[in-house]
Amino acid sequence: MNKSVNLSINGTRHAVTLDDPRVTLLDLLRERLDLTGTKKGCDRGQCGACTIILNGRRVNSCLTLAVSCGGAEILTIEGLAQGDVLHPVQAAFIEHDAFQCGFCTPGQIMSAVGLIMEGQAGDDEERIREGMSGNLCRCGAYAGITQAVRQAQARMNERERTGEAA
Amino acid sequence: MISGSFAFYRPHTIAEAVAMLATHGDAARLVAGGHSLIPMMKLRMAMPDHLIDVGGIADLKGIKRDGSDWLIGALTTQAELIADQALAAGLPVLRETALQIADPQVRNCGTLGGNIANGDPGNDMPAVMLCLNARFEVTGPGGKRSIPARGFYHGAYVTSLAQDEIVTAVRIAALPPGSAAAYEKLKRKVGDYATAAAAVALGLQDGKINFCSIALTNLAPTPLWAEAAGQALIGRAPGAESFALAGRLAEEITDPSSDARGPAAYRTKMGGVMVRRALARAALAAKT
Repeated sequence: MNKSVNLSINGTRHAVTLDDPRVTLLDLLRERLDLTGTKKGCDRGQCGACTIILNGRRVNSCLTLAVSCGGAEILTIEGLAQGDVLHPVQAAFIEHDAFQCGFCTPGQIMSAVGLIMEGQAGDDEERIREGMSGNLCRCGAYAGITQAVRQAQARMNERERTGEAA
Repeated sequence: MISGSFAFYRPHTIAEAVAMLATHGDAARLVAGGHSLIPMMKLRMAMPDHLIDVGGIADLKGIKRDGSDWLIGALTTQAELIADQALAAGLPVLRETALQIADPQVRNCGTLGGNIANGDPGNDMPAVMLCLNARFEVTGPGGKRSIPARGFYHGAYVTSLAQDEIVTAVRIAALPPGSAAAYEKLKRKVGDYATAAAAVALGLQDGKINFCSIALTNLAPTPLWAEAAGQALIGRAPGAESFALAGRLAEEITDPSSDARGPAAYRTKMGGVMVRRALARAALAAKT
């Protein structure tokens, strides 16, 4: 039984016909829409590599059925940069060497974007670490990740305060 | 990993969902946040033929007051519990507990209804519900009923919920003045299930404990209400001696398994420690 689902992904509307309700949002993005920036790690909601922003909240796309997402607004790693200008979180990850192999990085960055949107961590490393606890990094780049999130948040807050466009 | 095949439904009303459950019997499962069921389906440990997504049912949402009771829709996510300012002020133990569940991505999807109705002994909210004497509002083909949390859990993943019933909301009476609740959870790392955890509520009057309820997480196949441990403190002064007594009595009713979180004897002892710490914190909050 085919189901059609309308989604907005990184600002582009997609009308997707699903021939099987088992398709997760992660598999839809990667296998059917060629948006392979979002990574599949554990595929069971433990590692966070598949983190995306769904209707303003960060979620594990591996545990989200695409068929449940009719009308959703989705932001993936591909939608962050404005042309050649990196998003502040992307730029901060590079500046702080917040990755080694890079596999977890798109999920880390999307999770950081979600954390900063939630606005609950403040400039507190312990709370940033807790707020990033849904994303595992086997290379152990956590120290750099924490600093990158801290700096990106400070820069984004500063831009918001001064009214400069992001 | 891809789950077994299923037919998918997304009803818009509680009545539609109940009718679907009644039609498809044991071959149907409800899904809300999906963070317990979908992994089980991918591992083929659960293989429902019919999957009913309740995420589109507006009547299952929202945090309201009904008189002095809190009435919390089953579809309320852990993140929504954390963010609700009125709840944080009036019944902060729910926020405190939700913050200790899994990680932010999971809390954005996982629901209160799923956490209590799945019957997983590792889940944190069931013990809080036993402690607070919550009631689960349930709808089935015959209409509505209300099940006390203290009579809901019968074994690991075995509850009083009939196959064709759906938990629609949780009802919790406001704590009496002069009382407070706390949840203490020992875990190996952020996001883990409890090695041992305790939910307590405690009231004080004229320097004596006049009300005390204690419940335990992940120390038996079901959450445990440690009734005797709570009763033993009535009329006593709050303090290390009283809290140690309650901890010892709570330890007596545990039956944990030995697993990666530690041997049974250790987990039992940690249950006692969590009871003592939670009581100390609740007593402090009740005074202020």
